[in-house]
Amino acid sequence: MSRSTIIRHPLSRRQVLKGSAALGLGSAAAMGLSPAWATPWGHSSVYSKGVEEGPEIALAIRREILPIDGKTASTFSINGTSPGPLIRLKEGQDAVLRVTNLLDEPTSIHWHGLILPPGMDGVPGVSFAGIAPGETFTYRIPVRQNGTYWYHSHSGLQEQVGHVGPLIIDAAEREPFRYDREHVLLLTDWTFEDPMSVFRNLKTMEGYYNFQERTIADFFADVRQNGLEQTAEMRGMWAKMRMSSRDIADVTGSTYTYLLNGHSPEENWTALFKAGERIRLRVINGSAMSYFDVRIPGLKMTVVAADGQPVQPVPVDEFRIGVAETYDVLVSPEDDQAYTIFAESMDRSGYARATLAPREGMQAEIPERRQIADRGMEAMSVHMDGMDHSGMSNMEGMDHSNMSASEMEAMGHGDMQGMDHSGMSDSEMQGMASERAKTRENGMLAAGEAQPGSRYGQAGIGINPDERRVLVYRDLKAFTPWPDRREPGRELELHLTGNMERYIWSFDGKKFSEVSGPIHFEKDERLRLILVNDTMMEHPIHLHGMWMELENGQGELIPRKHTLNVKPGERVSALITADAEGSWAFHCHLLYHMDAGMFRVVQVS
Amino acid sequence: MQIKHFLTAASAALMVATMATANADDGYDAPDSWPAPMQEHNMGMGLFDRLEYSVPDKGQDAVVWDFQGWYGGDVNRVYVKSEGENVQGDGEDAEFESLELLYSRLVADFWELQGGIGYQGGVFSDDHAERTYAVVGLQGVMPYGIETDVALQLSDDGDVAASFEGEYDLRLTQRLYLQPRTEIAVAASEVDEFGVGEGLNSVRVGLRLGYEVTRRIAPYVGAYWQKVYGDTADLSRASGDSTEDTGVVAGVKLMF
Repeated sequence: MSRSTIIRHPLSRRQVLKGSAALGLGSAAAMGLSPAWATPWGHSSVYSKGVEEGPEIALAIRREILPIDGKTASTFSINGTSPGPLIRLKEGQDAVLRVTNLLDEPTSIHWHGLILPPGMDGVPGVSFAGIAPGETFTYRIPVRQNGTYWYHSHSGLQEQVGHVGPLIIDAAEREPFRYDREHVLLLTDWTFEDPMSVFRNLKTMEGYYNFQERTIADFFADVRQNGLEQTAEMRGMWAKMRMSSRDIADVTGSTYTYLLNGHSPEENWTALFKAGERIRLRVINGSAMSYFDVRIPGLKMTVVAADGQPVQPVPVDEFRIGVAETYDVLVSPEDDQAYTIFAESMDRSGYARATLAPREGMQAEIPERRQIADRGMEAMSVHMDGMDHSGMSNMEGMDHSNMSASEMEAMGHGDMQGMDHSGMSDSEMQGMASERAKTRENGMLAAGEAQPGSRYGQAGIGINPDERRVLVYRDLKAFTPWPDRREPGRELELHLTGNMERYIWSFDGKKFSEVSGPIHFEKDERLRLILVNDTMMEHPIHLHGMWMELENGQGELIPRKHTLNVKPGERVSALITADAEGSWAFHCHLLYHMDAGMFRVVQVS
Repeated sequence: MQIKHFLTAASAALMVATMATANADDGYDAPDSWPAPMQEHNMGMGLFDRLEYSVPDKGQDAVVWDFQGWYGGDVNRVYVKSEGENVQGDGEDAEFESLELLYSRLVADFWELQGGIGYQGGVFSDDHAERTYAVVGLQGVMPYGIETDVALQLSDDGDVAASFEGEYDLRLTQRLYLQPRTEIAVAASEVDEFGVGEGLNSVRVGLRLGYEVTRRIAPYVGAYWQKVYGDTADLSRASGDSTEDTGVVAGVKLMF
């Protein structure tokens, strides 16, 4: 079975390559070379063409020259496509996935978000030895969950080269929502550079990819708006810290082409629908380094699942998706018209785009791009003396106009709207709520309560909550309590740390090569993991093997996730049931942060 | 010719750096045959901060370079630094004002402590007076983003000198920058041979306007003013040179 799969794809692809060369670029190439699951008609419950369906699946990993954005690209392909095929399993199956390495280097596949035996998790050096060139590794996974997930290489920087794909598990029982058609939207960030040289550039020159730095013109614009004194004070604070308030993404659109289902904005991949249908969009952020803000102008999106787990419906206009997160949203286009699916990178240096349309060849307007925002006090606070979270009052003491100059997160540069919704007042509110919250005799917060210093009510930098309704972590609410309803027996606090100048990233100030042992979880204990972000960057923190129940203040109905976005200066917490004996990876899912040392092993025993 | 000392020292320093960046063991029970989940990578880079043609008002034209390169990990690195010039039309070969081989260790987020040996003299020629020296320095970024390199030199004859270099990039556009820089040299004792006097030797202030064609290539134009002081000025006068000069430069900043 595996052999036939391996041989079939390259042949058809070659034919298509000839054809597309004759036709030039555009939709012909787009149709022929898209991953099989990215068919314009999506998949209804009976239509599953081009999908690798379980329980037995064979996958072959190769180095292949494929066109990306119409240019020649050296990719890692899976069964002939890059990104790889949609893997479709059923809840209750015992899946057997045979992965053959046809590269000249070791590889691996990690099934992101799946709860599985430790030997099947696919992290070289933690769960197994990796897959050597020419070898086939057989993953045997008892599938006991459902939802939208993804898979990717956990070897070196391979993920950056397209070694990723979507993974969907169909539910055994009816899900709490209905839909007529579904589409997978896999977001990735592609670079034509060698990922190792991207890493070297980050290591050797700060701001290498940032072409949206503040200039002298920004300074004068701020002076006009806020006066010389306040501008000088604000810029002085940043300069003193030797940091850039425009440091929103380490790797930007200056090298990345943002892809949706493997297609560039110009290629405009199209997802088809019939007016009146309810469509489920399974959105996966499979990029190496990029957060996206996703919206479909003209359509309300109803968020129904986060990280594969159902949540109570939240109608939104836009949602931010951190690296490695997944969201399922429902849309109901009533009209016979095209809609743009617009995923803007968090630093506004580029976007991924596709079209939702009743017919091929249609397109809608591309929304105007927002300007990069400047980071504000939250990002700065951890680096300034006496400005930890308890020192929030410090900032309150500052005069109003100063706040507006720095703040902020909620605004585009120079945009004074949305001030009342500024992050500060929000986190202030949340902090107060938490203080009122009941604490148990041992001094710990009750399960499900939001930590002081959390900002679950904010979407984050560059989002103006006045402009449209944006999903925030506080909106996420499970349908029923998760099985383990014990209070946490202990708290484990980890700080997210880094040295931006050297591009060293770490937990508690120590990169992976400097730590002396794994993080220990007692088998079957219930613990609270507290993550404190001491850096000025967002970090999507991913725990393998166990769910993290995000304590976003929803009490018994807190959502559970595999990846938590921790904003600069923020303090978030999650409850964990340590029921998965063995060694598990725990890391920041920004690829180059992980590689720079932001990685630990969790041992449950 | 003392360059061969450098080669011996270079290999020794490289070994130190490589050993110091070896991976630590995470301590969980994985079989020995498994690879480490995360690999650390040593890397290196080279930077001609200045590679320029200088046209002074009074002195002679010269090709001037200011180079540094390093190899190593996050904490331990080996540096090669060199500054020098080739004065045009003086019939002499190029001269290293300094050629240094340094071991460097990250001691704070923005600071590296560096130490090693240096050489001053001709580049593969005996046209210039030679000496070797030991050097200890601190390189890093000061608050407000001023790139700094301070060093203390002790020569093989026991002469002590110190230097300070600072530069700052002011971003005019995303690619256009204005870079003020300054160099100050002081010495504890007079060394006639090298035109070094006791006390404050020289101050040099420059301003460059550069354009980053890419992050790695930035052509620039600039101007500078320099003045020598005290005993050093006397030595200059004695050898018929002026004590104060201005000049214009055109060059390129190269990173690889």
